[in-house]
Amino acid sequence: MHNPVSALGGEMFEGFATIREVGPMGMITLRCKMDEKPLATTLKKLGFSLPDQRRISHGKDRSAGWMSPDELLLILPYADVAATMEGLASGLAKTHHLAADVSDARAMFRIEGEKADQVLAKLCPVDLKTLAPAELRRTRAAQVAAAFWAQDGGYTLVSFRSVAGYVMGILRHAAAKGAEI
Amino acid sequence: MSTRLQKGGRLIDRSTRAEFTFNGRRLIGHAGDTLASALLANDQMLVGRSFKYHRPRGIVAAGPEEPNALVNLGRADRLEPNQRATTTELYAGLEAASQNHWPSLDFDIGVVNNYLARFLPAGFYYKTFIHPRAAWKHLFEPIIRQSAGLGSAPKETDADRYEFVYAFCDVLIIGGGIAGLQAALTAGQAGKRVILLEQTAHWGGRAVVDGDTVENESAEEWVTSAVDALKTMENVTLRNRCMGAGVYDHGYVLANERLADHTPGDGRPKQRVWRIRAGHIISATGAIERPLSFAGNDIPGVMLAASVRDYVVNYAVSPGDRTVVVTNNDDAYLTAITLVEAGLSVPVVLDARAQADGPLPSRARALGIRVETGRGIASVKGGKRVTGVQICLQAGEGAVMEEIACDAVAMSGGWSPVVHLWSHCGGKLIWSETLSAFVPDSARPPLNHDGSAMVSCVGAAAGVYDPADIIAGTDSDGAATAIVPVWMMPQGAPIGLRSKMWLDYQNDVKVSDVQLAAREGYESVEHTKRYTTLGMATDQGKLSNINGLAVLSQALGAEIPQVGTTTFRPPYTPVTIGALAGEARGEIFQPLRRTPMHDWHDQNGAYWEPVGLWRRPYCYPRAGETHDQAVQREVINTREKLGLLDASTLGKIIVKGPDAGRFLDMLYTNMMSNLAVGKCRYGLMCNEQGFLSDDGVVARIDEDTWLCHTTSGGADRIHGWMEDWLQCEWWDWKVYTANVTEQYAQVAVVGPNARKLLEKIGGMDVSKEALPFMQWADGSLGGFPVRVYRISFSGELSYEIAIPASHGAAFWDMLHREGAEFGAMPYGTECLHVLRAEKGFIMIGDETDGTVTPLDLGLGWAVSKKKADFLGKRGMERTYLADPERWKLVGLETLDGSVLSDGAYAVAPGTNENGQRNTEGRVTSTYYSPTLKKGIAMGLIKNGPDRMGEVVELNKVDGGTVKARIVDAVFFDKEGEKGNA
Repeated sequence: MHNPVSALGGEMFEGFATIREVGPMGMITLRCKMDEKPLATTLKKLGFSLPDQRRISHGKDRSAGWMSPDELLLILPYADVAATMEGLASGLAKTHHLAADVSDARAMFRIEGEKADQVLAKLCPVDLKTLAPAELRRTRAAQVAAAFWAQDGGYTLVSFRSVAGYVMGILRHAAAKGAEI
Repeated sequence: MSTRLQKGGRLIDRSTRAEFTFNGRRLIGHAGDTLASALLANDQMLVGRSFKYHRPRGIVAAGPEEPNALVNLGRADRLEPNQRATTTELYAGLEAASQNHWPSLDFDIGVVNNYLARFLPAGFYYKTFIHPRAAWKHLFEPIIRQSAGLGSAPKETDADRYEFVYAFCDVLIIGGGIAGLQAALTAGQAGKRVILLEQTAHWGGRAVVDGDTVENESAEEWVTSAVDALKTMENVTLRNRCMGAGVYDHGYVLANERLADHTPGDGRPKQRVWRIRAGHIISATGAIERPLSFAGNDIPGVMLAASVRDYVVNYAVSPGDRTVVVTNNDDAYLTAITLVEAGLSVPVVLDARAQADGPLPSRARALGIRVETGRGIASVKGGKRVTGVQICLQAGEGAVMEEIACDAVAMSGGWSPVVHLWSHCGGKLIWSETLSAFVPDSARPPLNHDGSAMVSCVGAAAGVYDPADIIAGTDSDGAATAIVPVWMMPQGAPIGLRSKMWLDYQNDVKVSDVQLAAREGYESVEHTKRYTTLGMATDQGKLSNINGLAVLSQALGAEIPQVGTTTFRPPYTPVTIGALAGEARGEIFQPLRRTPMHDWHDQNGAYWEPVGLWRRPYCYPRAGETHDQAVQREVINTREKLGLLDASTLGKIIVKGPDAGRFLDMLYTNMMSNLAVGKCRYGLMCNEQGFLSDDGVVARIDEDTWLCHTTSGGADRIHGWMEDWLQCEWWDWKVYTANVTEQYAQVAVVGPNARKLLEKIGGMDVSKEALPFMQWADGSLGGFPVRVYRISFSGELSYEIAIPASHGAAFWDMLHREGAEFGAMPYGTECLHVLRAEKGFIMIGDETDGTVTPLDLGLGWAVSKKKADFLGKRGMERTYLADPERWKLVGLETLDGSVLSDGAYAVAPGTNENGQRNTEGRVTSTYYSPTLKKGIAMGLIKNGPDRMGEVVELNKVDGGTVKARIVDAVFFDKEGEKGNA
């Protein structure tokens, strides 16, 4: 078996904040009505908990993010995706849903450091002061779609894989030394 | 002469010298100087030439309203034209050059225009250069452009970086004077989130210069403690060097922070644009002093009275030993007092009013300053600098009563509140008879979404000048600051004087020009502005607008409020384009979408083609090959051996649910619900009008699930289209979609050796029996998890293999390594196009342009006649689209084997009602076919399919026509044997 490779192979940048491309990370798009009873139980069985609107809930090594009224983003170890897809298929067999492995369709970045929020403030039209704990914020980073949330003293940002190079470029630019706000 | 005083200068640091150059001359200033104050300290009074007459121009103001002192700042990759010396902070090594002069600032040939001024009135160009028409472009415009123009455009790539920042607050205050600071204290103490912006490097505005008293403290002390108090508040953000540029709907404000303008090359971003969303905006932007219109008011040495104080107090710079003050208000007396207290001479204060008995005039008289009321300036003497003034009665016609020698004139025509930010989003103005100024009409503010006032004005911006009123939030009757307007000096000035009274210094608009415009019928201030160019220069009329419209109103015999103002538009002062572009330049100018194999293509010499935001290899030229040769080699190799195509950009959308089949039957023109699991079917999508929108192969994955391939450019659009129908129209259908385009790298393995390669790699059965044409299978190849589709866009034996993107590059590498023995070569998009054109396959965007139906393209076999409905069905049935006479797809073969021009028209006899040649069709795709060794084309021809064998004429780019025969669009392997192999 071959090893999966993330979009930028773990590229890193040290500015006034640290930028790291992380991954490969397992991700599943799950579309389903949130009030379908088997959803919560199936998620629980698979180690996730149903997030509130616009929130992300974290489990041991996995998270579930609310993307829209009928869409969740499940984040989990890459190696666990196949088993989780099977678990979803069986748990939701009688429930109208769509689960798609999108692990390879995405890129994930960590933005860390005391001033990590300043990096995002330059790229995303988001009021970071009012970002709630465990809020998953869908927004844009400069010219591309992105989502981020605060985690472990920094931020985790997700973009599409094809624009990973662009996202790394704008993060580098925003985090360059001397450009502190 | 202007010079540096021995003492004083609250903003300069005399211990730090800053050497700089002006027009190559080495000069010395101090840290804390502006370029303007440093130039004046070096007696550089002449700083530029005006736009039209090339008149000598000196520094008039001390702030952003400056119209004259514009310089080319820096050089090479840091050259910036039209930079105002008055707002440019001095730094060691600064290089500045004056603009709009030739050959030199002191001796300018263009000044000949000045002597022709009476022949160059308002609208001169419009009137003169109309005929002959062609001469404008080829003769007049080049000459005028040579003699006009201000700074020189930078030619090198900007060395600096810029960025945006998004900010949010309850209260945004623009202007860091007493009013702004007080507003920030109030809002900050109330616990609001506050942002306070100040365009200069210093807090306090005018009050600290004028030595006002605020709450029993000196303004300086009050400002220091206010700023200190604000800095301790966590809910308050203070930014200086940050100009509030524009106010937009919903409390959106753009501000421009000049981070490193004064420290070029220190690694910081040069400028940062703040994109602020504010609950409420407080404009504390102060007021701008007005010039007076007297003859010669543009001669270097004539300055605004308050600006003279700025130079003396802030920078210890004297504009002249002897300064005549001319005014219509008390405030200018402070200038006279300041100058005398600095040890300079004020020969006379000329006050246009009959009486001047306020506290300041009294103080001036007590200092022994001569005050003459009811007097004005008939004319300023001097050329490149002031040498004296001629005094006259304000009420008269300019008869000279006395001539006084001086080397500077400080003028004040009163103050205009800076109402720009109030007005940007629709705040209305009201004319204050007391202040002789437009002030914000608080009853008609710009409105928020909920109808509340979006902006409010405080302090001088609201016409409130007294610090006590500002602090108390009261508005006295303004009696203390009342202004008797003086729009012309003297009021009965004859034309000879009026044609030397400058309104707009930068664009050379005089009182006589505006009066001429009025006589010629220009009644609207907006039209007069454009006709005379009043207020259209880089300063946007900060000094000239009110004076100009007052002159216009007098000439029209109308009241000023009836004439109105021109429109205030952002930005308040110019913002460089680099700042507005933010981070978007160079590598991150635009998102570039990369497939997992992008780097391989790059390393293997791909010649790129943009496809949406993707880059796709057009071809892979080898050493010595032209692109054409590379394409031909790729075509032949793919037809004869083995081609590999990176098809990752192909759109891939999963559609799942109990109603998915029904949904796809509505979306596609043909049936998809009856597609068997494991099989593939080509499908067409139309918009409601019946025009072809997208195409691709659909695969049935399981009972509930289909995978729809779209065109590369159509993936996001079609996904949006699907969601639109599902969310807005068929919201009760149980269907979910997911766009998984980027989840998979996709490789087309194409050519007679395709199967050999996959069999060698091994892992799954890819034989004709196990995996026939138009079927798919999951499995593994060489240890990679794959889904293999037997589909073909080339007519060859072809497998399209989808693989998780994180394995894409490794899989692609393996195919090349293992395929070498079978002649594997990568091919690009142009080869793909040739291959599909040889087979007569249509391409969305080539054969379609939004006006073409599937029936036009002979794709009736893919349009269901059985289905009750699908998107586009009714559209296609409309008479015009069902017309049998429509242009329809055929193949075209030139009789001489040449390649037709792309987009060429088939010409028909005669001309239409517009005198244009009639046409009967057009070329949609045209290529040289290396397989057939001749030009092939597809085109839409009137009644085409019924005219097989006929010869039509198609036009050529370089004139003439070429004959082509109408043939079947399938040029190669008509029976389709190769693809089914």
